[in-house]
Amino acid sequence: MKLYNAMKTWMIAGLVAVVVTACATTQEEIIDGDGAPIDDQAQTGIVDDGSSGGADATGLDGADGGDGMAISDMDAISRLQQTEGALANRTIYFEFDSAKLTSESIQILETHGSFVAGNGEVSVRLEGHADERGSREYNIALGDRRAQSVRRVLLFQGASADQVETVSYGEEEPAMQGHTEEAWAKNRRVELIYTVN
Amino acid sequence: MKQLITYLLAGLLWVMPVLANAALTIEITGGVEGALPIAVVPFDTSRLSSKLPVDIAGIVASDLNRSGVLKSMERTRLPANPHYSNQVQYARWRTAGQDYLVVGRVLEKSPGLYNIEFQLLDVLKQKQLLGRSMPAKKRNLRSRAHQISDFIYEQITGTRGAFNTRIAFVRAQKDAARKYVLQVADTDGFNAQNVLESDEPIMSPSWSPDGKSLAYVSFENERPEIFIQHLATARRSKVAGFRGLNSAPSWSPDGKFLALVLSKDGSPDIYTLNTATKRLKRLTTHRSIDTEPVWASDGRTIIFTSDRAGSPQLYRIDVGGGKPKRVTFEGRYNTAASLSPDGKFIAMVHGERGQYKIAQYERETGNLTVLTDSSLDESPSFSPNGKMVLYASTRGNNGFLYAVSIDGRAKHKLSDQAGDIREPVWGPFESK
Repeated sequence: MKLYNAMKTWMIAGLVAVVVTACATTQEEIIDGDGAPIDDQAQTGIVDDGSSGGADATGLDGADGGDGMAISDMDAISRLQQTEGALANRTIYFEFDSAKLTSESIQILETHGSFVAGNGEVSVRLEGHADERGSREYNIALGDRRAQSVRRVLLFQGASADQVETVSYGEEEPAMQGHTEEAWAKNRRVELIYTVN
Repeated sequence: MKQLITYLLAGLLWVMPVLANAALTIEITGGVEGALPIAVVPFDTSRLSSKLPVDIAGIVASDLNRSGVLKSMERTRLPANPHYSNQVQYARWRTAGQDYLVVGRVLEKSPGLYNIEFQLLDVLKQKQLLGRSMPAKKRNLRSRAHQISDFIYEQITGTRGAFNTRIAFVRAQKDAARKYVLQVADTDGFNAQNVLESDEPIMSPSWSPDGKSLAYVSFENERPEIFIQHLATARRSKVAGFRGLNSAPSWSPDGKFLALVLSKDGSPDIYTLNTATKRLKRLTTHRSIDTEPVWASDGRTIIFTSDRAGSPQLYRIDVGGGKPKRVTFEGRYNTAASLSPDGKFIAMVHGERGQYKIAQYERETGNLTVLTDSSLDESPSFSPNGKMVLYASTRGNNGFLYAVSIDGRAKHKLSDQAGDIREPVWGPFESK
């Protein structure tokens, strides 16, 4: 297990290095949906590399099969039905007025991305949400940016664009009612909704 | 096909031309110093074959009160009950402190067919300023009453009245069969009619300049898509259903284009759509959020919200394209622009220290005036005469509609018995 994790880290690092070289951007820019402007070319580059790098990422997912006996024998449905582990974590949270992913979120999403990449029959719908503060239109755009941030990580891990759909609900569908910091924090989120065909 | 997480969305929705009669009630929350005193005497209905379903003088008095410019005398304090100008003893009204007096009567031409007559009198000059006779049917009595308010308001202030116009808004109802309803109502909140009912969110209503259609966003297909619906016939069509975001439709002043927000090319950007040719033109290309486009009344520029400088601010861009110019600089959160009809003012959501209020920005001077005092205010919308701003405010678990005069002095609430009301938009004048 430990060995696998270490190996995986190295492989991801390798993949990142390749992509960074390829499109002359940095990892920080890739994961930063809301930070300093990067030019459109670099942004497009990320998406392209995400899909063209699919073969590499699938290789990674092969390694994923070594993630314990039980899992290697499981089909996609059984894995999604597990109540523990990164795959069971299907809500990603954000700071106010931000689409930036935390490093914990990125780790979780890397597992999701590898899973999607390695299971062609799986598709995932990313539902972006915002808290109630400010204008509704801005918030639905913010939800869209959050879903796009998550999508980029999944594609980067080799998920194909056909498997990943994004939709923003803005502040229309709060997870928790109320006008408290706690409710707002729960509502600034992207939910991953899986479908197995 | 095995679905792990199934969305049991019937996808059912109702599109409707009309009906329903849920009423909002008005509550004046802010009085105004210096408002001109006017007395509106109940109209004579004694010669009608049956009781009138509508209190015309009551509607007029309430309309004028809401403007903040006029203050109508409480009915119980009226010193007399005249119905014709020649019955008026001006001294009594002067003693009662009134500048203006309105008298009137309703006559019946045939059952259900009326003639409403009214006179606006100047108490100090002891003369008639305005007299009108207007035909009415039972079903348009309320509308006629609002028209009377418009006549009186314009005669006294010189500004066209906007009482006889309509507003659109979205109502969310927790335990109802259909959770979201798009409604159109009179400006006093009465006569609410359903336009669309859906199990999924409805957002962003925008009036066509002729007042006959609404554009809006509906999630009925589990994602935001833009529709246009003709109000009288309920005929509608989908005009944008691209991958990603389809949001914030806004009609051009000539009615030929919609400005809208799409994220199909990456980030949310402003586009214009020619509704006849379906030709789409991209206006902004920045990777930031660009949203909430609204047209200047000359149709040449669009004001929109962007966070390209790190926090959301208002910008303007030529509809032919080019580089956007920043409009607002005060504070870290300025969104949801609504332009006054003369283009001189922008109403917007202004966020400061975690409070979101409606503010008015004067473009020439750069002066920013905060108009409201709550903390979760949104969706400002100018009245077509530019004198009031309609907005939504969240209090407790529900949203309510309010209107505030542009000087911030008069404010009233359109309160409601059921549901969470949001995204009000004030419709255009009816063509004369």
